[in-house]
Amino acid sequence: MVRPDTFAEIREHLRDLSDEQLEALFWRLSQECVDPLVELARTHTSPSIERSVLMRMGIDSRTCMAVVSECEKRGLLGHGAGHAVWICMQAWSCSAASAAGRLAADEGWDLVEAKFGGAS
Amino acid sequence: MSAAAESARGLGAAPDGARGSRPADTPLKPNEKLDVQALLDGLADYRPRRHGWHWREPVADQRLYEFEYKETSKGLAQSVPLPAAHYFDNIDPQPDCVVTTEIASGRPEDDIRRMRMAAWHGADHMMVIRTAGQSHMDGLLEGTPEGVGGIAVTRKQCRLTRRALDLIEDEVGRPINFHSYVSGVAGPEIAVMFAEEGVNGAHQDPQYNVLYRNINMYRSFVDAAVAKRIMAAAGIVQIDGAHNANATAVKAWKVMPELLVQHAINCSFSTSVGMPKDQIALSTVPPDAAPAPCMRMDLPYALALRDLFGEYKMRAQQNTRYMESDSRDATVSHVMNLMISRLTSADIQSTITPDEGRNVPWHYNNVAAVDTAKQSLVGMDGLREMVKLDRENPELKSRVRELKERAVLFLEAMLRDGGYFAGVEQAYFVDSGEYPETHDDGIARDSAGGVAVDTIVPRAADYMAPVCHHFGVNHLPEGFRGRDFGEAAPCDLIGGCTFCDDSKVPFTDELDPEDNVNVRLAATAEMRERGLIKPEVEWAGDGYVAVTMFLPAAERLAEAAALELGRAMNLVDVEVIHKAVMHPAEGTLVEIKGRLDVAIDPATLVIPEKPVALTDEEIREFVHERALRVVAATVGEDEHSVGMREIIDIKHGGLEKWSFGVTYLGTSVPVEKLLDAAIEHAASAVLISTIITHGDMHRENMEKLADLAAEKGVRGKLLLIAGGTQITDEQAREWGMDAGFGRRTKGVDVASFIVRTMRERGM
Repeated sequence: MVRPDTFAEIREHLRDLSDEQLEALFWRLSQECVDPLVELARTHTSPSIERSVLMRMGIDSRTCMAVVSECEKRGLLGHGAGHAVWICMQAWSCSAASAAGRLAADEGWDLVEAKFGGAS
Repeated sequence: MSAAAESARGLGAAPDGARGSRPADTPLKPNEKLDVQALLDGLADYRPRRHGWHWREPVADQRLYEFEYKETSKGLAQSVPLPAAHYFDNIDPQPDCVVTTEIASGRPEDDIRRMRMAAWHGADHMMVIRTAGQSHMDGLLEGTPEGVGGIAVTRKQCRLTRRALDLIEDEVGRPINFHSYVSGVAGPEIAVMFAEEGVNGAHQDPQYNVLYRNINMYRSFVDAAVAKRIMAAAGIVQIDGAHNANATAVKAWKVMPELLVQHAINCSFSTSVGMPKDQIALSTVPPDAAPAPCMRMDLPYALALRDLFGEYKMRAQQNTRYMESDSRDATVSHVMNLMISRLTSADIQSTITPDEGRNVPWHYNNVAAVDTAKQSLVGMDGLREMVKLDRENPELKSRVRELKERAVLFLEAMLRDGGYFAGVEQAYFVDSGEYPETHDDGIARDSAGGVAVDTIVPRAADYMAPVCHHFGVNHLPEGFRGRDFGEAAPCDLIGGCTFCDDSKVPFTDELDPEDNVNVRLAATAEMRERGLIKPEVEWAGDGYVAVTMFLPAAERLAEAAALELGRAMNLVDVEVIHKAVMHPAEGTLVEIKGRLDVAIDPATLVIPEKPVALTDEEIREFVHERALRVVAATVGEDEHSVGMREIIDIKHGGLEKWSFGVTYLGTSVPVEKLLDAAIEHAASAVLISTIITHGDMHRENMEKLADLAAEKGVRGKLLLIAGGTQITDEQAREWGMDAGFGRRTKGVDVASFIVRTMRERGM
């Protein structure tokens, strides 16, 4: 939409605000803008986020990629890829790296799916 | 939402040497090159020794030489000072703000050499630009593939660079910040890798992904929250991406209200996900450039920004929007940008190389840009104590207020229209109208489109991530919810995460057998082993040189002629990199670049030995025993006297210091008169100064002096010495002198020459 500069007409409600009030309004509005974005982020995850979890568990990038791709394919990402690896670590009494390695080699997904009770 | 870290053992401290007893790297020596191969050896076991950002340490009222500084920081142990420093006891004052240089050669092994040069000139923030396309890769790259227009950012590249910077910061005596980008589709993974590898700063702004990389908006913000929390834990300073609106907008000065909004969205989002304000820097650019009255336009914006964002850090970037191929023009723009930094504030002063309008930056242009910043910041040191901005000036005051109001109107309308995502869909951003004016040419993105669309999923009721510093819903078992709950760290579930146990950080080496650092180094191995010298601008052995020429021809003709001249100089791949019309018919300045496929073997070079100055006692004794006299003058029609006075006057450490008897005849002295005086005073040496070289005046004077001395039969009894800014020893000898001395000659050089030569000749 093309619109001429209507600044003079639409600023009336700001005219009498002090600089401090104007700046406080600026920050209140910007917080209002980001609140829903923060909530979206708090309640969602993504393949990169899940790979970042596996990385922090000491797993190399190629294995992270394999495990997270499989989680996506099986609709398990919402439970957490790190969660899947943790389930296998407990079942196999092994390290995260070794559990992820076996998941990447297509082992153990039945274990994980049984625990999660199917796709979320 | 708590911003506190969940783990008591988080990043921040140096890793505790979990990799065992790797010997320390050998410190660098100023006269030796970086040993790239040694830095690659054992890289799998190298661990960064610290995490987090380093701000310079300010020194109040610092005294250096005869000066007092108001805005400088702790000095460097070793550095290259500004060109004029030799007049001021070689001081190298370091400004108070961090100084950035952006390096993007595409090869890490060459980047680190350039970083060392930049560090010696005063850069302490090394920013590596990423290779084209990396922001669209959903995952990490590994190894050291060659980048295009930037570098492939990988774990190995980061580790190699950090290892080199650890040595370089010891060499210059100041911690160096290493920086790259946590943007693109793989943001959270890059953030983890940066945290693990001791990267100190990063760009992170989801709006950049959305607007300029067309990455799906939902994915961008969901990823950004996790990435930012990780950066916060690792003390990585964040720089936002708002400056890109300047570089993209049709009229950069129209986007100021929107820039305030973009900064605010990234700031509010960052603090909401747990990043402390003092870790957040705004990337701000003076939007305009001359011939616009740019400083009067940009100052109100700089002030509005600093009023609103006073709790945040300012990263002052330089203007690229109006940058052309003229490096002089770019440098002047940047100096005006630096003046705005000095009149307002800057915590990080970024620099743009003066050749960025031509090509990917070259080594020496990084250094030039760093020197421009250092020179300007130091030159304007303390200026704002005398020159204050008049905040009551009507134009300034009303414009600052207006920009803030326009930004508020932007936010109000965006919220009315459905919020941020709706605003992006309706092309609110990067419109060429100054809000509320719109030209309907903003960037519009579809929430159901873009790269990596439909890739986020809701976290399930049992979502769990057994690691520390993880943002968002996380259903950890009771007892493992972290310090906020007075419980064990989440990663105790798995026996420690990489942030708590550094020994768990994995290392992946090369994945591509052809495209890697080892193959590239092998191609230039002979050069290094034999110490061959070949010109370079970016990469070892690239062979590029630049040639500047004035051609008395019109622009297009000059361009074609310059290319032909380049080929005649045996250059290959010749390109014009800059041209400037001096007059439509009279002539054009042309700069070309081309490759010169020649390597010089130092063994074949004949380099005259640098004469060593004798000691004061040795000179004084010799002069005293023989009661040596010299006669000196500026010859020909030449009124310059300063250089000669420095060579002879005692107060400049000149010949009089060692008791030489000096007869100074003044300026514009005929050669005959000078020689007669030498004979009359029984002088041992004649010193002539000849500054004017026009029409070979200097040559004529020297030859005349030598001939006349021979005619009068005194040539064997006299040392004939010529000096001047354009004089070389080689030329002076060719023209009949015993020696020639150029720029930067000191009295001791001339005194040593006289004593040594008289001894050799038994005079």
